[in-house]
Amino acid sequence: MTINQTQDQIVDEFSMFDDWMDRYQQLIDIGNDLKPLDPKKKTPQHLINGCQSKVWVEAELVDGKIIFAADSDAIITKGIIALLIRVLSGQSPKAILDADLYFIDRIGLKENLSPTRSNGLLAMIKQMKLYALAFQSKLEG
Amino acid sequence: MSFDINKIRSEFPILNRQVHGKPLVYFDNAATTQKPLCVLETIRHFHNQINANIHRGVHKLSDESTQAYEDARETVRAFINAKNTREIVFTSGATASINLVAFSFGEAFVREGDEVIVSEMEHHSNIVPWQMLCERKKATLTVLPMNDNGELMVEKLDELIGPKTKILAVTQLSNSLGTITPVKEIIALAHSHNVKVLVDGAQGVKHDADVQDMDADFYVFSGHKIYGPTGIGVLYGKEKLLEVLPPWQGGGDMISRVSFDTTTYNDLPFKFEAGTANFIGAAGLATALQYYQSVGIEAATRYEEELLQYATQRLTSLDDIRIIGTALHKAAILSFLVGNIHPYDTGMILDKLGIAVRTGAHCTEPVMTHYGIDGTVRASLAFYNTREEVDRLIEGVERVKLMFG
Repeated sequence: MTINQTQDQIVDEFSMFDDWMDRYQQLIDIGNDLKPLDPKKKTPQHLINGCQSKVWVEAELVDGKIIFAADSDAIITKGIIALLIRVLSGQSPKAILDADLYFIDRIGLKENLSPTRSNGLLAMIKQMKLYALAFQSKLEG
Repeated sequence: MSFDINKIRSEFPILNRQVHGKPLVYFDNAATTQKPLCVLETIRHFHNQINANIHRGVHKLSDESTQAYEDARETVRAFINAKNTREIVFTSGATASINLVAFSFGEAFVREGDEVIVSEMEHHSNIVPWQMLCERKKATLTVLPMNDNGELMVEKLDELIGPKTKILAVTQLSNSLGTITPVKEIIALAHSHNVKVLVDGAQGVKHDADVQDMDADFYVFSGHKIYGPTGIGVLYGKEKLLEVLPPWQGGGDMISRVSFDTTTYNDLPFKFEAGTANFIGAAGLATALQYYQSVGIEAATRYEEELLQYATQRLTSLDDIRIIGTALHKAAILSFLVGNIHPYDTGMILDKLGIAVRTGAHCTEPVMTHYGIDGTVRASLAFYNTREEVDRLIEGVERVKLMFG
């Protein structure tokens, strides 16, 4: 599945909730379902700074695709990362770098994109794209 | 109630706002308070009718502007019961006031090997400027600890203070725990060892600000936490002390004469007010203080105490609530945790319900370290809040428990 196909699927899934509470409940459920990161990988190196909740993002390159894993101590944040992982994990570095992540806006989480929100969604996306950039140069190198 | 809550609420237009389609419940008063109409009117009137730079202007507007600024100084003096207006320095806020003292007092009195004491429950603004001073002067920062209720262990002060201790900086009211500290007792003890004391009144100024009664050497507060504008604050210092301190920042208004060989400084308090002052902010602050006095400081404080009691009792009647900060003497600041739910998650859902609380470490990381937590949810109440709003918070917390349970 392409990045946009996954995004459209998520938008579709969230479209059945017209109430914010249901959307957040869905995020909480997704967050609770995310496989926890191996505690050994919760290192300062994987920690994203500038978040009120702690967020760890880890990535490895497998057969030219990036596999992401992440965790957070706050569930809503974890739900958001889980969605990002679903959209971006298993894609090529180039596809990740080029990705326009429109689903966040369309599922009614746009307010979380504001830089004044300290949940670090922007920092998470930036970190994931930085991994993609690093792997891309490694592939080209 | 000893005062008319509906009338009071009508004086704060922002309280009528809707947030996410629900009436706003503003419980973030320890971060900043809302402004009554009279303060907004003072600011508007100043801009529309008076605005001119203060001091030394020959024209009418400058005269009026200067008069308003100096009248504001007198209002502040009376509010905190300072001896005279030379002891009242306007700054941009409590943080700037502390930085001023940490620099100027440090230059005058702190030498290598000296000691500075802060308490464990200080706001970062009352820690970092002293750390910077200690680094600059190779002095040592010592910490007055607190117990698990969030009360300062004043009995340890005698052994902490040594012959090298120069100054002690302590909060009057903890912004993250709500603890009211025994500043008067601390000051008396420090003075008996010839140690000066700076009191951070950012939260406490709303309740008791008599600098002569507490005998503070320095007292600082911000306008925006006492229903005034942002960007204006106060440093009170005993005149004899302020006189011997060197200026902090150089610029206009703080000088007497300038040549390229030498500059002589202006008299108190102007020596510490470099650059164009926030004269409109000062006028707004004066109006806020007068307004607060007209409401009645004691009545407002009593009302807030009752509200805190009600909120604490309702909150603790729920399962799995941990209150952080259980001091005997406490003001209307309620820090808590809901089970194992991250404060950020709680805050997000409360926000969606129109309830504004703060989450995180509240600029007091050492306090969080003491309790072994990353942060709390903090509801800080003001005299314009109501029991119905507390009920909304409780319903919100119940909702949070359902969603994350």
